[in-house]
Amino acid sequence: MTAKLTVTRPGALTTVQDAGRAGHAHLGVPRSGALDAPSMRLANRLLGNPADAAVLETTLTGCALRPDRPVTVLVGGAPCPVTVGGRPAAWGSPVHVPAGATLDAGPATSGVRSYVAVAGGLAVDPVLDSRSADLLSGLGPAPLAAGTVLPVGRAHPLPALPVAAPWPAPPAELVLPVLLGPRADWFTPAAVRTFLTATFTVSAHSNRIGLRTEGPSLERESAGELPSEGMVLGAVQVPPDGRPVVFLHDHPTTGGYPVIAVVPESALAAAAQAVPGTPVRFTVG
Amino acid sequence: MSAGLTVRPAGRHALLVELPDAQRTGAFHAELLRRRAAGTLPPVAEIVPGARTVLLDGVPDPAALARRLADLDVPTAPPADGAVVEIPVVYDGPDLAGVAELWGVAEDEVAARHAAYTYRVAFCGFAPGFGYLTGLPEELHVPRHATPRTRVPAGAVALAGPYSAVYPRATPGGWQIIGTMPDPTPLWDPSRERAALLSPGTQVRFRPTEADGR
Repeated sequence: MTAKLTVTRPGALTTVQDAGRAGHAHLGVPRSGALDAPSMRLANRLLGNPADAAVLETTLTGCALRPDRPVTVLVGGAPCPVTVGGRPAAWGSPVHVPAGATLDAGPATSGVRSYVAVAGGLAVDPVLDSRSADLLSGLGPAPLAAGTVLPVGRAHPLPALPVAAPWPAPPAELVLPVLLGPRADWFTPAAVRTFLTATFTVSAHSNRIGLRTEGPSLERESAGELPSEGMVLGAVQVPPDGRPVVFLHDHPTTGGYPVIAVVPESALAAAAQAVPGTPVRFTVG
Repeated sequence: MSAGLTVRPAGRHALLVELPDAQRTGAFHAELLRRRAAGTLPPVAEIVPGARTVLLDGVPDPAALARRLADLDVPTAPPADGAVVEIPVVYDGPDLAGVAELWGVAEDEVAARHAAYTYRVAFCGFAPGFGYLTGLPEELHVPRHATPRTRVPAGAVALAGPYSAVYPRATPGGWQIIGTMPDPTPLWDPSRERAALLSPGTQVRFRPTEADGR
């Protein structure tokens, strides 16, 4: 028999995530998946899971779970206090949770998104081969609520632990490398210069769809309307208010606002961990 | 270089190919799918058409692919063969009278006019399985509502600009609703091998029907 986890505290927004459902963008299906994918993969590896087994992604306030059988879990990503049955437990390495005890991943002390992985992975039903909750189109499991029951898959033996796991610290300043285009020519040369030299800040309105910024407004060369076109992960879209939005994993697959530049996927994990107010700069590279 | 295509950069692993019009975009998209099926297209994870563009995403070497694309011979119109999906429609939408007025026809003539054409799914977006269908002649294009409705029901058959669409599920929406697909469930079913009934390139005919499904 495998374990089930009952959610006792869902937190502000906690979702099931894995590597997402790439390959269906032409049908209007967002990629979805863990925003800080390296943290998801590291958490899974330390538990002996396949790297993209389904985990929980929390948002700022953590979550709490109670297993009906003993399980091994790992809380990583954004650092946070971890308790088991009210007693302090390790963050960033495997933790044993007895049947009926509550695992609490507390509020993030830095960063935004903690990852709660469980040995065996979360075994909710996949949709289009992914267990990820897609908050733009509603595919996959709903965000956790109190009382949600999550089935756990069969665990593999725990691997030998490295001495220190390389959890990156959440960024104090976010420097995002970009390649200009496909629509940089929709902006005035001054706006492109501003984009590449100004310091923006992370907006509190950021979510799984996009990292919104506050700061200078980027002026367009002409007002026209862009016919809908495909959008890549990491696209920096500029809506009419002129404030760049960096598309994260639940971004729409097509859009009608010009994309001034694209951030590589490898830089998006840091973007997902940047708290509101964090300074953001875009640099060519 | 054929078809007047412009290749734009879209990050380290993608290209956005821009074409002069919707026809050539459809033709270019069809040609890419044909080559992918034949195994003669370099690796591309996602081929995502838009109104005037095709996004090629998940490309290991965009520069090499861009050079290959420049030599591609693309027909000016998409192939007209292939399966046609038929959508039954009860023409009973709340905007039927408004559309009839814009078209300069009687309300009960909208169905015949709208159903007279063969449509093609130009691209998807907005929601899973939501296809933007081209094929309506320009004189029948209608504007979208200035203020979107907060809820458009699943199955709504609607018009906006050059496009027709069938809403796969209830969402907010600003399109002009002229009818209803009585059973919209086939539009999107992720348990099916082909989750979307209307995927890019699919041809579509609308068949006027009565409310009881006859």
